[in-house]
Amino acid sequence: MYKLLACCSMASGISLQPKMVQASLGVQKQGNGHCTNVPRNVNLEKLQNNYLFPEISKRELQHLDKYPSAKVISLGIGDTTEPIPEKISLSMANYAHALSTAEGYRGYGAEQGNQVLRKAIAETFYKNVLIRDQEVFVSDGSQCDISRLQLLLGSKVTIAVQDPSFPAYIDSSVIIGQAGDFQDKTGKYQNIVYMQCGPENNFFPDLTTTPRTDIIFFCSPNNPTGHAATRKQLQQLVEFARDNGSIIIFDSAYAAYITDDSPKSIFEIPGAKEVAIEISSFSKFAGFTGVRLGWTVVPEELLFSSGFPVINDFNRIVCTCFNGASNIAQAGGLACLSSEGFQAICSVIDYYKENTKILVNTFASLGLKAYGGVNAPYVWVHFPGLKSWNVFSEILEKTHIITVPGSGFGPGGAEYIRVSAFGQRERIMEASWRLEKLISNEKALFNSVENKE
Amino acid sequence: MSLMSNLSTSMISSSSSAFLAPTSFNSSRSQSVSVPVKSIKICKCVATPQEQQQTGLKMVLCGLFVCFEAYKTKVSRNSNIAKLQAGYLFPEVARRRAAHLLKYPNAQVISLGIGDTTEPIPDVITSAMAKRSQALSTLEGYSGYGAEQGEKALRVALASTFYSNLGIEEDDIFVSDGAKCDISRLQVVFGSNVTMAVQDPSYPAYVDSSVIMGQTGQFQKDVEKYANIEYMRCTPENGFFPDLSTVARTDIIFFCSPNNPTGAAATREQLTRLVQFAKDNGSIIVYDSAYAIYMSDDNPRSIFEIPGAKEVAIETASFSKYAGFTGVRLGWTIVPKQLLFSDGFPVAKDFNRIVCTCFNGASNIAQAGGLACLSPEGLEAMQEVIGFYKENTKIIVETFNSLGFKVYGGKNAPYVWVHFPGRNSWDVFSEILEKTHIVTTPGSGFGPGGEGFIRVSAFGHRENVLEACRRFKQLYN
Repeated sequence: MYKLLACCSMASGISLQPKMVQASLGVQKQGNGHCTNVPRNVNLEKLQNNYLFPEISKRELQHLDKYPSAKVISLGIGDTTEPIPEKISLSMANYAHALSTAEGYRGYGAEQGNQVLRKAIAETFYKNVLIRDQEVFVSDGSQCDISRLQLLLGSKVTIAVQDPSFPAYIDSSVIIGQAGDFQDKTGKYQNIVYMQCGPENNFFPDLTTTPRTDIIFFCSPNNPTGHAATRKQLQQLVEFARDNGSIIIFDSAYAAYITDDSPKSIFEIPGAKEVAIEISSFSKFAGFTGVRLGWTVVPEELLFSSGFPVINDFNRIVCTCFNGASNIAQAGGLACLSSEGFQAICSVIDYYKENTKILVNTFASLGLKAYGGVNAPYVWVHFPGLKSWNVFSEILEKTHIITVPGSGFGPGGAEYIRVSAFGQRERIMEASWRLEKLISNEKALFNSVENKE
Repeated sequence: MSLMSNLSTSMISSSSSAFLAPTSFNSSRSQSVSVPVKSIKICKCVATPQEQQQTGLKMVLCGLFVCFEAYKTKVSRNSNIAKLQAGYLFPEVARRRAAHLLKYPNAQVISLGIGDTTEPIPDVITSAMAKRSQALSTLEGYSGYGAEQGEKALRVALASTFYSNLGIEEDDIFVSDGAKCDISRLQVVFGSNVTMAVQDPSYPAYVDSSVIMGQTGQFQKDVEKYANIEYMRCTPENGFFPDLSTVARTDIIFFCSPNNPTGAAATREQLTRLVQFAKDNGSIIVYDSAYAIYMSDDNPRSIFEIPGAKEVAIETASFSKYAGFTGVRLGWTIVPKQLLFSDGFPVAKDFNRIVCTCFNGASNIAQAGGLACLSPEGLEAMQEVIGFYKENTKIIVETFNSLGFKVYGGKNAPYVWVHFPGRNSWDVFSEILEKTHIVTTPGSGFGPGGEGFIRVSAFGHRENVLEACRRFKQLYN
């Protein structure tokens, strides 16, 4: 009934040890095994821990080992839970069947994606901002696109990220060799500019104090804080990029969760086409977390300092390091963008939005400062003075609920917990109830302030 | 003064393989680039010819005229990508095909170029994928994120189907969306400070991904090689196996068998020497077994059949040419636990980290298909389609033999490697295309060792293959 995260196979395979043990692996050899003379990639050595989300999975498994009959509720990894609307899965099924016929069989597709799908994406999401279909590159998801963009940009560019931010930006930057060494004191990589985003600055960085970098990763609605940047904020960001000759990589994976009139695409901002790339995904939009489909927009107007179009090089990467998203997934994507499919998807998103509301209300009623939850399926809860991994553990131990500790997203997440709102309604309700019980019983522990009103 | 509109060749050559019309990235770039007022300036627009070609900017050569200058960021282009000479090989072939169709709209073009499968996927496999798709609409059947390393059942099936008795376990296996993507992920694992060797000729993704990663120096036009890559010449004279005594040590050795493009399959004896070579040099072999299932002779299908290979080799493989999954996207890579970097750190741990960070798993629907491929019924059905392509290959081999050509490959791989001594392979490619409307692949696209050869791929409907052979006979008789 209570589903294990599918990442559980991690435990059965290679065990990823936390930092302190990893260090000692440097001298450990397997028996009298032969060592090659190939040096380990120094960039990978710089990574501090495992990638955040497999680490969360690991903790969940350890918890289940400890409490085998615990009814664990996962509000951790942002994994969609609701079935994909029938119209969409049916079109994927039909496409699969057609691959068994002479007329319906397809081999290699265009690496940039099926032309009809590219057009549909351009028309559905970028109709009023004049993004052309040839600027849309269909992919197997944002996490992959982020790394392909890093391959495109190379090791010599500098990057800025929001702090906190989705860990793939930083980790991919370290891997490609941009980031420099990790500094234990600050919890930051040397060469990365961390743009602090918190309640005090309305979750938008103070650009007047932000040093210039070549690349600026910006996610809105934000993972993990849930904040959607306003039009004015994004105008400032575009102007900042323009003044500095920087490129914004705008992650709009959660745009469908916006409920107010915050911009859904960076290209709504005039001038953005000359300074920005946008990445997006069907994962949280259509429940395609396992199906694997996303896209990246690289405007033709975006030029390197020499005048060379960025799109040319991205296309080269896509043709050389990738071979297109699965044609079946693309068929599903097209169905998502039909009017019937789109409507069905919106219903599912509304369902998650309702979940989010419930969680927001729960935390509010407990006197905790909770942010986000309006334009994103994440609630960003503040536990002042407490270490986020400790809060994570306490919540897990006492309520069997998985969340994500804020410091996993960067030092700016230090006193926060991210609670994701994907899940079946009953479990969200159950989780709310358990959290209410825990936090109201242990007010002192969680620093929760009684709501005086 | 004229407005010049330059479309760089690199833009055109990067068009997609299935794209029938030539892509012109700048076709819709308007003459009136909207720029803020502050960018308008009186200027003498001078760009070096090379820049003009690359940027495709509409430049107005002016003396006294106001000109509009497109906004440029201050981000430098990745110098590694700038080293690449042209577009990736197969989009270039596709581009030429498309251009040919424009020239001869009624031509019955037959494609024996890009190795793209053509026969429908057996029912047992597509039904499984359809079933999985529909299950995603149910509560019990819905699944979200899968394990980045792949679904356990599939990993188990891969281990038992292809590697039983070789000591490869399911957790050594990483399911992916295909070998091409895995090659780049492996390069990301290795980083820019390793050296690599490739067969010459070889599948272009090894060299191109190496350039992109920054492992190579500049392209040297006189020898048509990138500095810092060790090219291991494979020719009829050496039985398409490099003379290892003349090969310099490199960290990584890419080796593909059965080989794309030559079709050569390395023998057990040769692979034993290769493994020994890697062991002696402390190198890592990246062994590409994408065509193993086409092996007719009694040669090893996996590098791990060679004792000691687990400590020196990684193996990549793919469902593309096995099951016609070229569009469905599914493959796997094996990184044995025993494979260690020089400091003793297991390579698999770093590969796993890359897989978890730079990837998010192959499509769950494709994986359901993969599992069905490995059922007894699925395996049987796959063998039938492969048998069909093998028969195609035979027909092509016989044709070129009968025409007096020296023909290689074609026995253990769906590729026929035809020698055109003394001739430029792009010229032969063009001649064949022009005179017979058949698309092939010029050997030099696979490296300087491919010069003088044409690769003919054997995927295609039987009538097309027969018709192509008729046309070859007509041309070369």
